[in-house]
Amino acid sequence: MTSSRDAILGRLRNSLGRDIDGEDAHGEPSARLDKHPRGIIPARVNRDRGRQKELFVEMAAAVATTVDRVETADFVPGAVGDFLARHNLGADIRMAPDDRLSEIDWSKRPTLAITSGPSAGNDEVSVTAAFAAIAETGTLLLHSGPSSPTTLNFLPENHIVVLRASQIVGAYEDAWDQLRAAGKMPRAVNLITGPSRTGDIEQTIMLGAHGPRRLHIILVEDD
Amino acid sequence: MKATTREFKDNARAALADVGLQTALEKMETGFVVNRANAAAKLPEFEALRDQGRDIKNHTLENLDFYLEAFEAKVQEAGGHVHWAATSEEARNIILDICRSVDAKTVTKGKSMIAEEIGLNDFLEENGIAPIETDLGEYIIQLRNEPPSHIIAPAIHVSKSEVADAFHEAHTELDPGRNLDEPQALLDEARAMLRQKYIDADVGITGANYLIAETGSSVIVTNEGNGDLTQTLPKIHIAVASLEKVVPTLEDATALLRLLARSATGQEFSSYTTFSTGPRRSQDPDGPEQYHVVLLDNGRANLLGTEVRDVMRCIRCGACMNHCPVYSSVGGHAYGWVYPGPIGSVLTPTLIGVEEARHLPNASTFCGRCESVCPMRIPLPKLMRHYREKAFEEKLSPVTERAGLGLWAFFARRPSLYRWSTGLIISVLGVLGRRRGRFRSLPFTKGWTQYRDLPAPRGQSFQQQWAARSGRRTLGT
Repeated sequence: MTSSRDAILGRLRNSLGRDIDGEDAHGEPSARLDKHPRGIIPARVNRDRGRQKELFVEMAAAVATTVDRVETADFVPGAVGDFLARHNLGADIRMAPDDRLSEIDWSKRPTLAITSGPSAGNDEVSVTAAFAAIAETGTLLLHSGPSSPTTLNFLPENHIVVLRASQIVGAYEDAWDQLRAAGKMPRAVNLITGPSRTGDIEQTIMLGAHGPRRLHIILVEDD
Repeated sequence: MKATTREFKDNARAALADVGLQTALEKMETGFVVNRANAAAKLPEFEALRDQGRDIKNHTLENLDFYLEAFEAKVQEAGGHVHWAATSEEARNIILDICRSVDAKTVTKGKSMIAEEIGLNDFLEENGIAPIETDLGEYIIQLRNEPPSHIIAPAIHVSKSEVADAFHEAHTELDPGRNLDEPQALLDEARAMLRQKYIDADVGITGANYLIAETGSSVIVTNEGNGDLTQTLPKIHIAVASLEKVVPTLEDATALLRLLARSATGQEFSSYTTFSTGPRRSQDPDGPEQYHVVLLDNGRANLLGTEVRDVMRCIRCGACMNHCPVYSSVGGHAYGWVYPGPIGSVLTPTLIGVEEARHLPNASTFCGRCESVCPMRIPLPKLMRHYREKAFEEKLSPVTERAGLGLWAFFARRPSLYRWSTGLIISVLGVLGRRRGRFRSLPFTKGWTQYRDLPAPRGQSFQQQWAARSGRRTLGT
């Protein structure tokens, strides 16, 4: 008995008018996988780095992401504390076990109660670090790994992301190149553009459907 | 899902008389339609991106066998499993077996049209497993025990008071006197009710907007984040997708993503676009322990060799139905199966047969608005015409309809007889209707006069007037 796999591939090759082994015509697709050529990239991202940063901030604001700009990483604990105060949130934060976060001197804001690790669903606020950010649409790229639990991006109601200005790229394709350079594809790659939202009740847009109600970026201007 | 496409005409009549539905559908023109137009206008490259998107899909379809095998190899390399399902039944059984391997009691689900196509929820329930829809719209219609009426806004036909009714009925553990008048209260309640279910579920099932051959990733696009909770928290993640969802590279997926949200909701980009590649890695603090992809054929492989192949470029954005005057009048349920609107009028006869779905290709004014907004430039009117012809050739339409067409064809093939007889009819009707200027009823025109009067012709037929003007445009002279 032929397996469904063989049957489906056989039907495909039959429909495509291919030889049974299907090897003859595959020079081009094989090269496409190796070279992953870029297509059209919107001209809006063709600008110098400084103006790319401004585009990112502008596009992020357009999707209801809030952005707090600080000069150095030393100001991050204060910015986190201010965010909590602004929204009447408690002092507990769940942080990703990430070197880029742990090297920050959190004792500058001693009132913060910091725990580290993935979320089990009862955290109000998470703090994570971005891998990259895409100016084109104000999008963050976060990925899973030992130091970056995916649950922190989705379960808490408030998601704070620490981003360095030097991590901002123009287009998605620039981020893919960085991801490829960093090694193999992580289990989860999350492109995040604004807080969770829905329009499923009478087409009324509301924030905080199942993911975070608030997405807050602390942008460290290290450039 | 049992198809009721044969009853399209009755379904449509009922929908037109449904005041609540008509109110809901009216909002589409000011919502989706305006938003899409704005989003397209803000991106000067939009039209060129549509050409590129069409070309990427055509290239992929031309090499679908290669890219599917490449995808499979990459999934396996990342520690995941790929299951090939020739039919809906096979897909359902594969999913059931995976669920049973961990004695699953509950399964959370992200929004998946393929899960609708294979009738997954009913099947899981029959086998003692509770499926829980997590997309807000899908959750609402699951409580109401009805199918989606739109491919990206499944509960578009439901009013907020109907949602409140459904929640009052389903969430009996909550205070019956609570106020659910505002959408925000409804959202907060759904969020709270589903939270623990995400965590308790044994298996999470999602669809896939794309499968990427280069990396072995499945991609989901959502605004709510429900799909991410569904595929991150349970022990097992199953992604169910049809064959044509595969694209070659991250760059190709990106090119299509630039079109998807803009065409669908008018957003520049959806809130969450997630690429899943294999199960949790050894050092990962979270994520599923098993990762499965179920690849569904269900007739698609054979389609590739036919003239309706273009329909396989579809990225399920819903723009065609948002812009369709027929969908906007009758809503999605009237179409009677999984896929409504113009794309449904082509996909349904393709997947369940022309005989079952004969009415759907006729549910079109051929205004061409669907094709004009389709990001993949699928020639939807041409494909509907193809199925109209097929239904005629296979003698599926009623005798009276065929006789009428035959009669018309007899005259159409004899131009002078056609001109003479239309001229005669025009002048006779002109004389008969001179006094009132319109007809309330006439023989053979019930389809028209049932709903409105037929204006009485004045003067001559079009061709007589054309001839009198020597075939020249004389408007405005």
